[in-house]
Amino acid sequence: MTISGTAVAGDRKLKTVSLTIDGLKVEVPEGTTVLEASVKAGIYIPTLCYHPDLEPYGGCRLCVVEIKQMRGLPTACTTPATEGMVVTTESPAINEIRRASLEMILSTHPCECLVCHRRDRCGPNDICLRSVAVDDRCVTCPSNQDCELQKVVDYLGVHELHIPRDTTPRDIDNSNPFFDFDHNRCILCARCVRTCQEITCVGAIDMANRGYNAKIAAFNDLPLFDSICRSCGECMVRCPTGALNPKEVIRSDKEVKTTCGYCGVGCSMYLGVKNGKIVGVRGDPEGPANQGRLCVKGRFGIAEFVNHQERLNMPLIRKDDKLVEASWEEALSLVAEKLGKYRGEEIAVISSAKSTNEDNYVMQKLARAVLGTNNVDHCARL
Amino acid sequence: MTNSINDISDAKCILAIGTNTTEAHPIIGMDVRQAVHRGTRLIVANPLEVGLVEDAALWLQHRPGTDVVLLMGMMKIIVDEGLADEAFIGSRCENYAEFKESLKDYPLKLVEEITGVPGEKVTEAARMYATNKPAAILYTLGITQHTHGTDNVMALANLAMLTGNIGKPGSGVNPLRGQNNVQGACDVGALPNVYPGYQSVADEKIQKKFEAAWGARLDPKPGKTLTEIIPAAHDGKIKAIYLMGENPSLSDPDGKHVREALNRLDFFVVQDIFLSETAQFADVVLPACSFAEREGTFTNTERRVQRVRKAIEPVGVSQPDWWITCQIARHMGAKGFDFESPEAIMEEIARLTPSYGGINYKRLENGGLQWPCPTEEHPGTAILHTDIFTRGKGRFMPLTYRPPAEMPDEEYPLVLTTHRSLFQFHTGTMTRKVKGLNIFKGEERVAINPEDAKSLGINDDEMVRVVSRRGDVTAKVMITEKSPKGTVAMTFHFAETPTNELTNPAYDPVAKIPEFKVSAVRVEKVKKAAVSTAR
Ligand code: SF4
Ligand code: SF4
Ligand code: SF4
Ligand code: SF4
Repeated sequence: MTISGTAVAGDRKLKTVSLTIDGLKVEVPEGTTVLEASVKAGIYIPTLCYHPDLEPYGGCRLCVVEIKQMRGLPTACTTPATEGMVVTTESPAINEIRRASLEMILSTHPCECLVCHRRDRCGPNDICLRSVAVDDRCVTCPSNQDCELQKVVDYLGVHELHIPRDTTPRDIDNSNPFFDFDHNRCILCARCVRTCQEITCVGAIDMANRGYNAKIAAFNDLPLFDSICRSCGECMVRCPTGALNPKEVIRSDKEVKTTCGYCGVGCSMYLGVKNGKIVGVRGDPEGPANQGRLCVKGRFGIAEFVNHQERLNMPLIRKDDKLVEASWEEALSLVAEKLGKYRGEEIAVISSAKSTNEDNYVMQKLARAVLGTNNVDHCARL
Repeated sequence: MTNSINDISDAKCILAIGTNTTEAHPIIGMDVRQAVHRGTRLIVANPLEVGLVEDAALWLQHRPGTDVVLLMGMMKIIVDEGLADEAFIGSRCENYAEFKESLKDYPLKLVEEITGVPGEKVTEAARMYATNKPAAILYTLGITQHTHGTDNVMALANLAMLTGNIGKPGSGVNPLRGQNNVQGACDVGALPNVYPGYQSVADEKIQKKFEAAWGARLDPKPGKTLTEIIPAAHDGKIKAIYLMGENPSLSDPDGKHVREALNRLDFFVVQDIFLSETAQFADVVLPACSFAEREGTFTNTERRVQRVRKAIEPVGVSQPDWWITCQIARHMGAKGFDFESPEAIMEEIARLTPSYGGINYKRLENGGLQWPCPTEEHPGTAILHTDIFTRGKGRFMPLTYRPPAEMPDEEYPLVLTTHRSLFQFHTGTMTRKVKGLNIFKGEERVAINPEDAKSLGINDDEMVRVVSRRGDVTAKVMITEKSPKGTVAMTFHFAETPTNELTNPAYDPVAKIPEFKVSAVRVEKVKKAAVSTAR
């Protein structure tokens, strides 16, 4: 797995280097970047294009730092930590440069709420004192309050833009049935592109055009649905803004860790729950088989069938050739009475590759110990 | 899998045979592609142009059902060119001399003829697999769903042993199991010939052990497999079936025969989360809850036992399967079914199943455990056969080519092979309920080669009838180079197009797996119905 860079070790024993970051001595394995070393030391450096699962990119230039005996301000995410390095991650001068980079990013983003001091107190239906267009507001964005861009703006304290804004409306691609791509909110950090290249290895999207026309696009600028995209949503979960977002965003009250019920990969996942319903699924980064990843079925294909109105919710018994509702007691007694009439060769039990180990265990125990038959199987062969 | 999903990335060469990994095991598909990006050589052997062909260094497009010949042909080259791992063979294997002798029956010309793969490609594949170590084999139902599936698997085992590609990281013979818990269902004894942990029902000592544990007399005679149960029901020998969470009326071969069999039962109980196509035949339907509503464990394809946890309350009065089964047993007056929780069931499993002996819910809190895990101190086993094979020495098996049970002929000139889509799952009981997935793949499309389509005068998207000796279905065609000439491919996800009406129930004599990958069919244009009959 490359995604967290953890398995690189292998047979090589890694050497370590020690460096000083903001006066703190830090020891890290060789090959660690200055940014990763800082994160490890608990020092925050603002970033937008950086993602721990992805190769360094150095695109947003927010992570610039000062390193003794190095010219200029190198980006921490692309600079390897070396022995004896002395790093300063923050100073008024550094932050000034970061703010300038951030303003560039914000100049193509709906940013009036972003720089507004009232943002946190604004509700979706409040009257905006600055008359910001509804679509441009953070409060109408699915990422609101869960947005990395907001966090970085708050951290660097940008309150106005010193450069002209480009407010040309851009496309919204809602062709995918599970998530939308709102190019207005895209900051071109290329995390999605790199995810689709490095993690899912599909390569459905890429950076198209240059300058003001730059955008993330599928081959031939096709809508995502018509492209080779596999709809896994891996790009979406790594998007730092509201550009890539599920069609329906409901924040869960609690998350329960479990294992996907579809295929034999056995992805570990968190089911998000609100009001007794499943409202979201998140890949478990610690999942041994999936390391956080999920496919389209696991990510988008669970809530709807679990919550489906056609779920059987009562036992049914055939009466006059119709299946009619019955109580558990009635159904269980009938089943027990009927099954009791057959033994050995005359009866069979078909167990299930979808059910749990415990379900299957009691099923085969029932067949063997109670019904006296080894006629027990499931669809392993199908 | 003999190895783990994680160590696919350690492989220098991957042979993916009879697997459409990116569709059926998407995450493993990503792993394979990542490995290729880092320089792993990928060999794809598949009659269909599956997704991984794009990433492959080499694609062997052999005719359906000719795997044994292809693999034996590769092994002959490995031996002839001195690429076999003599040290490994000498210390770990037996019956090599006889096996080597049997390779004489596979000269390259014959291999070319039968498989349709050019000799140079077979040679290149043999060298690539034998010289880029470690090399891993991945396979799925494309290998097993044949009347000679067991031979196919043995051929793969031969190949791995011949090159010493077993028992080391990045190597192995790795079946990718299809359904979430098909591995676990086998592990805990939902099979006719073994108790939990693959302990034979015919072994007297084992029988005694389970008789003592369960307080019941047990039958030492192996039972029937699912592929035998259905015909026995059809013949009236089996009169009652209790079925949990499966949908044989769509998933089993020769669908018409299956439905007749279910209709003939005196008593049929179905336990499921939906009123499946199969449940509609039932005398009693018991509502089970989904995996999101219950506690338990699944065992994934790499033998990793992982927890399933209850996220929401059961829908309606539905109950977990284990509870329902235990209630039935208790209503029948049976002892030993008063488990209070799945955790208590796992304790009993661990007590009676050596390979699960060290597995309990407390340990599973910290992530999964890969069996064999015999004791509570044991960390689990990521790679099997590191020092010794289960049976001691690995035995080389000489193999003879057996063609599929049903070969194309004049009346049924095409081979039908079944496959799967990323966007649907098995018979669709769950995925058909998810709107978005059906937008991606909402109906069957018969994949047919442009040449075949042309000679039949069929256009893309046209409705056709696919006919076999057992039945017929209609569906739209998709003209695509991905299907080789002479072969059509269909999924079995759609109740509207029950592909298994067509498939051949002939099965492998050992594994009893039906030959889903080769049935003889013909494709006909659907004649437009005369419009004006009513007038
Ligand atoms: S992405 Fe959404 S929440 Fe984040 S800054 Fe932009 S509009 Fe606001
Ligand atoms: S869509 Fe999101 S991840 Fe992709 S470039 Fe835009 S902001 Fe970055
Ligand atoms: S959904 Fe998956 S396949 Fe599609 S663009 Fe995003 S990462 Fe790529
Ligand atoms: S998320 Fe996808 S790959 Fe993972 S277990 Fe579920 S179905 Fe399989």
